[in-house]
Amino acid sequence: MMRVDITVNGRARADDVEARLLLVHYLRDVCGLRATNVGCDTTSCGSCTVLLDGASVKSCTVLAAQASGHEVTTLEGLNRSDGLHPVQEAFRQEHGLQCGFCTPGMVMAAVGLLADNPDPSEDEVREGLEGNFCRCTGYHNIVRAVRAAASGGRA
Amino acid sequence: MIPAPFDYVRAASVEDAIRLLSEAGEDAKILAGGHSLLPMMKLRLAAPAVLVDVAQIPDLHGVAEDEGEITIGAATTHAAVAASEVVRRGAPLLAHAAGLVGDPQIRHRGTIGGSLAHADPAADLPVAVLALGGAVTTVGRQGARRIPIDDFFAGYFETALRPGEVLTAVHVPCRPHAAWGYQKFARRANDWAIVGVAANAGRIALAHMASTPVRASAAEQALAEGAGIDAAAASADAGTDPGDDLHADAEYRRVLARVLTKRALLGAR
Ligand SMILES: Cc1cc2nc3c(=O)[nH]c(=O)nc-3n(C[C@H](O)[C@H](O)[C@H](O)COP(=O)(O)OP(=O)(O)OC[C@H]3O[C@@H](n4cnc5c(N)ncnc54)[C@H](O)[C@@H]3O)c2cc1C
Ligand code: FES
Ligand code: FES
Repeated sequence: MMRVDITVNGRARADDVEARLLLVHYLRDVCGLRATNVGCDTTSCGSCTVLLDGASVKSCTVLAAQASGHEVTTLEGLNRSDGLHPVQEAFRQEHGLQCGFCTPGMVMAAVGLLADNPDPSEDEVREGLEGNFCRCTGYHNIVRAVRAAASGGRA
Repeated sequence: MIPAPFDYVRAASVEDAIRLLSEAGEDAKILAGGHSLLPMMKLRLAAPAVLVDVAQIPDLHGVAEDEGEITIGAATTHAAVAASEVVRRGAPLLAHAAGLVGDPQIRHRGTIGGSLAHADPAADLPVAVLALGGAVTTVGRQGARRIPIDDFFAGYFETALRPGEVLTAVHVPCRPHAAWGYQKFARRANDWAIVGVAANAGRIALAHMASTPVRASAAEQALAEGAGIDAAAASADAGTDPGDDLHADAEYRRVLARVLTKRALLGAR
C-alpha cells in the first residue's frame, strides 16, 4: 500500500491505495465518483476521460500513484450551484447523447479541448474528440453541441 | 484489467532514478507516460516488480535550442512537442508527427523518450527522429552516452539502451528550411500507422516496414544521384521486411511504402 495525495474536484484527499490501482478505479471505488465510465479498458474509447491538471487523459491508463500531487477533475466537478456546466447544457440542447454511456468522457474531452482552443472549427472538434467513441449518436450532434458551447462563450 | 502487483517509486532527479533502478535490480522498469507500458501490464504481457517513475523529473522536461541543435527532454509529452514553437520552426516534421500520435488524451500522457525507448516499429516519433538524423542522450551508472539515432534501434522493440540506463534527451538538427513530408496511413481513429513515411532533407524513414523503424536507403540514394521522385519512390520498399497482420499483408505494405514515399516527397518540395 502507498499513500496518494490527490485533489479531486477541488478537494484535497489523502488515501492509502495499492500501487497498481488505476485512476479510474480510484475515482469510482475510493472516491465514490461514478460518472467516469470504463468502456474498453484499452485506452481507445475515451469514456474514462478526466482532466489531470486541466489536460484530458484516459483514466484507465493512469495510475492513481502517478496522479499523486496533482489535480483531477471529473464530470461531477463541473457541477455548478446555478445548474449545468455550459458544455453539459449544450449536450442537452443539441441532443448530443442517446444512451449516455460515452457522455461523461465526451464532455470532459470537450471541456479540455475548449480550454486549449476556445472556438474550434467543425474539423477541429472532430479531431479534438478523436479519442472518444460514441456508439449511438453518429457524432453530428456531439460536434454541434461542442460548437454551441464554444460560441456561447462560457465554456 | 488490473496489472500484477508492483511497487511504485517516483524519481526526483536523473541521479535518483539511476540509483532507484540499480537498487531495484532486474525486475525494475522505467515508467514515463505509461501509455505503452501500462497497457502491456494490464494485459500481463509485462509484470515488473518495481516501476521507477521518471515523468516528473524537472530536468527531463522542455525544449531548448543551441548551436543549430534542438534538445528535447525525454519526458516532454507528445502534446508539448507538437505545440513547441522551437520544434515547429526548427524541426517541423517532428512537431507534425507528434501531433498525429494517437489522440489528444494519449498525447497529453505519452512522452518522446518513452516512444523512442519503446521502439515500436509502427510508431510515429521514431521514424520522425530517424528521418531528421537525430540522436539521444542516455545516462547510466557508467555515465552519459550520446547515441546517433541510426545506431539506436536494435531489433523488434529493442534499443541500444542498457539495463538501468535512462534516456534523458532527444536531439534533432534545427533546420527551419529543410523540405519535409510525413505520410501516415491508418484506417481507424487513434491508431498506429499501417505504414508511415517520414522524409526530411533527403533522408527517408519508414514505419511498420520491418522489425525496427528503417531508412529507405535505395530511394535516398536514387534521390542523391538525381533521380526524380517517381523513380526514387519506386524503390522505397527495397531491403525492407514488412509483416502481415489484420490490417495489411506484406505485399500491400510494400505498395503503400512506395505510394506514401512518393506523396511524402511531393509534399516535401
Ligand atoms: C490507444 C493507443 C494509441 C496509440 N497510438 C499511437 C500512434 O498512433 N503513434 C505512436 O507513435 N504511438 C502511439 N501510441 C503509443 C504512445 O505514443 C506511447 O505514449 C509511447 O509509445 C510510449 O511513451 P510513454 O511515455 O507512454 O512510455 P511508457 O509507456 O511509460 O514506457 C514505454 C517503454 O519505454 C521505457 N521508457 C520510458 N521512458 C524511458 C526513459 N526516459 N528512459 C529509458 N526507458 C524509458 C519504459 O521502461 C517502457 O519499456 C499509442 C498508445 C495507445 C495506448
Ligand atoms: S475505458 Fe479508458 S479509454 Fe476506454
Ligand atoms: S450516447 Fe451512447 S455511446 Fe454515445
